[in-house]
Amino acid sequence: MNKPIRVVSVFCLVLFMALLVNVTYLMYVRADTLSDDPRNRRIITATFSRERGAILVGKDAVARSVPSDDKYKFQRVYPQPMKYAPITGYFSWYGQTGVESSQNSVLAGDDSRLFVTRLVDMLSNSDPKGGNVQLAANAAAQDAAWEGLEALPGDAQGAVVALEPTTGRVLAMASTPTFDPNKLASHDFGAVADLSKELNADPREPLINRAIGTTLPPGSTFKLVTAAAAIESGNYDADSQVPGGYRFKLPQSTTSVGNYDGGNCGGRRITLTQALQVSCNVTFMSLANELGVDAMADQAEAFGFNDTSLEDLGGQAESLYPRDLDPPQTALSGIGQSSVTATPLQMAMVVAAIANDGDVMRPYVVDEVRAANLSVLDRTDPQSISKAISSTTAEELTTMMVATVDSGTATPAQIPGVQVAGKTGTAQSTADRPPYAWFVSFAPADNPQVAVAVLVQSSDTSRSEIGGGRLGGPIAKAVMEAVINQ
Amino acid sequence: MSQTGTLMGFVHRRRRGAELFLLVLALAVGIGAYAAVGLGVEGAVPADIIGYGGWLTGLIVAAHITVRIVAPYADPVLLPLVAALNGLGLAVLRRLDLTYESLGDPHTFARQQLTWMTLGVVLFIVTLVLLRDHRVLQRFTYTAGLLGIALLILPFLPLVGREINGARIWINVAGFSFQPGEVAKVMLVIAFAGYLVLHRDALALAGRRVVFVDLPRGRDLGPILAMFGVSMMILVLQNDLGSSLLFFGLFLAMLYVATERAGWLVVGGLLFGAGALAAYTFVGNVQNRFNFWLHPMDYYDASPGSYQLVEALFGQGWGGLIGRGFGNGFPERVPFAYSDFILSTIGEELGLTAIMAVILCYGLIVERALRIALISRDGFGKLMAVGLGTIIALQVFVVIGGVTGLIPLTGLTTPFLSYGGSSLVANWVVVALLLRISDQARRPTPRLDPVDDAGEDSETTQVVKLR
Repeated sequence: MNKPIRVVSVFCLVLFMALLVNVTYLMYVRADTLSDDPRNRRIITATFSRERGAILVGKDAVARSVPSDDKYKFQRVYPQPMKYAPITGYFSWYGQTGVESSQNSVLAGDDSRLFVTRLVDMLSNSDPKGGNVQLAANAAAQDAAWEGLEALPGDAQGAVVALEPTTGRVLAMASTPTFDPNKLASHDFGAVADLSKELNADPREPLINRAIGTTLPPGSTFKLVTAAAAIESGNYDADSQVPGGYRFKLPQSTTSVGNYDGGNCGGRRITLTQALQVSCNVTFMSLANELGVDAMADQAEAFGFNDTSLEDLGGQAESLYPRDLDPPQTALSGIGQSSVTATPLQMAMVVAAIANDGDVMRPYVVDEVRAANLSVLDRTDPQSISKAISSTTAEELTTMMVATVDSGTATPAQIPGVQVAGKTGTAQSTADRPPYAWFVSFAPADNPQVAVAVLVQSSDTSRSEIGGGRLGGPIAKAVMEAVINQ
Repeated sequence: MSQTGTLMGFVHRRRRGAELFLLVLALAVGIGAYAAVGLGVEGAVPADIIGYGGWLTGLIVAAHITVRIVAPYADPVLLPLVAALNGLGLAVLRRLDLTYESLGDPHTFARQQLTWMTLGVVLFIVTLVLLRDHRVLQRFTYTAGLLGIALLILPFLPLVGREINGARIWINVAGFSFQPGEVAKVMLVIAFAGYLVLHRDALALAGRRVVFVDLPRGRDLGPILAMFGVSMMILVLQNDLGSSLLFFGLFLAMLYVATERAGWLVVGGLLFGAGALAAYTFVGNVQNRFNFWLHPMDYYDASPGSYQLVEALFGQGWGGLIGRGFGNGFPERVPFAYSDFILSTIGEELGLTAIMAVILCYGLIVERALRIALISRDGFGKLMAVGLGTIIALQVFVVIGGVTGLIPLTGLTTPFLSYGGSSLVANWVVVALLLRISDQARRPTPRLDPVDDAGEDSETTQVVKLR
């Protein structure tokens, strides 16, 4: 009988091996998937009752956990709730957004980089403590951005993004209207659910981070991309003569489009610099028409269109330059109309690349990750995503943008004693809604420290006031000054 | 059995010292886990650790001394393995008690389990003391068989039978509820072993060869059909796929070992496959279990749904490699965490490491049982050891496989870990039977040949003498 007993033994061995393999798969391989399941209340309860790490700007916490006397032990508080809400996001019983979500594993203390800390916590039987996240943001720039948006008249919707051109660090990111993360972090879950419902139903979409989540036609600010494509083609420089005039007749169509102010841009033939200075629609439509959809799309993609670049913050919408535009649409795309759409972050990346000799840097909001004992675990290294334009093209564009601020449409951004490079934009949506106002700039022109994009989406201001840099210019100026004057 | 002849010259050592050393380790697991539960949940070593530890030590020492006296050659590894598992189970139950108490639903699972363990050890001792030779049991082949079947039928009888959580596998006597199936499996092992050892030749030799497989004679199919009927009855009437698989699998394994004919496995496998397929088609419950197993995440909110399984999977996933530590998990989220799903509690709070250790402990128990079967000198002992080992292997596979999502979930207890008196007591008796068989198997054979006496102590002497 011993032979079949051996067979039975082997069979039992197979059974137990199957158990061991399966349990390893379940608890090691599949564990992450299970943890990510939104119905997994263990994860939520545990992260909710843990001393979560702080989110820091400079030395100040913009999100931190303080002891609470209920069963969850800790309450998340946001000392400057509205100002930093687009970056921090919220941490509620029902979920997280923003950095609270993207850096959840570090803040909650589950990250593998915190392994040693976790081991010590476990051996000492103390509750695990989360690591801290140091934001790339600059407090003064963020203050200026937020105050600028708050000061907008009426019921404005807008966003500001400021980047450090050489690294891509996000110095400021503000959006309005926004929400109070303190209320969403409350332990009164009923109230949180009600508020969450209310915020989701709000037509002004306060939960959206407009700086990265809203795509709109970039309007005249996109002329920078068109100009870049023109200069990169080798046929143009800042002083080249380009077509001006009153109107441009779209190809394959009877429609003709004029300039914003109805003028002729200063003549039938003008320099490219002058065309950018006065934001001449005719010039840039004819350039886009001449370059064609492929060259335009290549240039736009080199700046980061048709892709997302932000890796440490969720909710980024893709800025689009469709490759299937027909010739009239291509001509219109030259002035940032048609189906071209961009986020404020994307337009900030365009000017930051011009400021950085043509190198597009990957934007990042998280600068450092630290353990609870403040030792640095990880630091974001600046990373170049693409070379959008040559450094000579960048210089030419800078000169043209400086001229636009000195004596063109972008004068509201002038800073005494500092050379500022900038460009305004006004884009049409529908006739019954006010246009969107854009403003992009960087400074100082010779040694760029900050690149800004401002979007004012809707405001009770009258139509005439919105054009040019009247709304966006002062905000961009304040943000640039905040960075330069440090 | 021809192999046993080659073992004649080899004399097993008693190894009682080794068993004592392993038992100290096992007690360290049990009492250490109990202390860790107190530290983790309440922040202090439990006040009754001395009393508890003393009681546990007393039970284990009593079992050890009994083995020393009445079964000195018994396998030295089995008792420590069982003691470690039982100790760990008690600690985990204590941990669950504390949580349920804080939720306003007080239970005394650990205390009751300790009482049952005491009864189990007493029966363990009684079995070893009264049963000096396992072959005596062969006399009770048919008695045991009838008793086993009767025990399986008991839950269907009015007055005593009770249905708990959809499975009619309980009886209620004098305020105690009891799962007769746990005792029935021991009875059935004895019955099968007795029956097969007598009829193995008829079952093994007669038959036809069809395409390389020796198929049994039609008239010999009687017992296998009877056992198949019993299994299907359990499946359909009791809604209990696990027990059904357990009994039929046990019978097939013993039949195969007794006859050395794989043809029986083919016939049995086909029969059970057909039965399971029929059950899947006609019994809604079985179908549900299958769906929950294949797509657990889709039925999380359904009723009946896979909430229990998914929560267990969440818990184990969350436990990860080393677990959350006692008191830092949420095992109370899994319904019946104290019985069928005790393993998910262990996984959540002690991690993959502990689950692997537990599975290996079971694996070793099965390995010891099958080793006892290999070295046993009589067919009845061999078959009993195989049967008892197979039962533990199948039960562990079915319940752990179910809890970890390897196979569809069925309701079975985890031997020695789960809360449940009938299971614990029956399993202690199983261990006693295994130790008794191994004592018989490892004991030096009585010297019948007077010529051998001269070289009794030394192999070298024997070799010299042979030359």
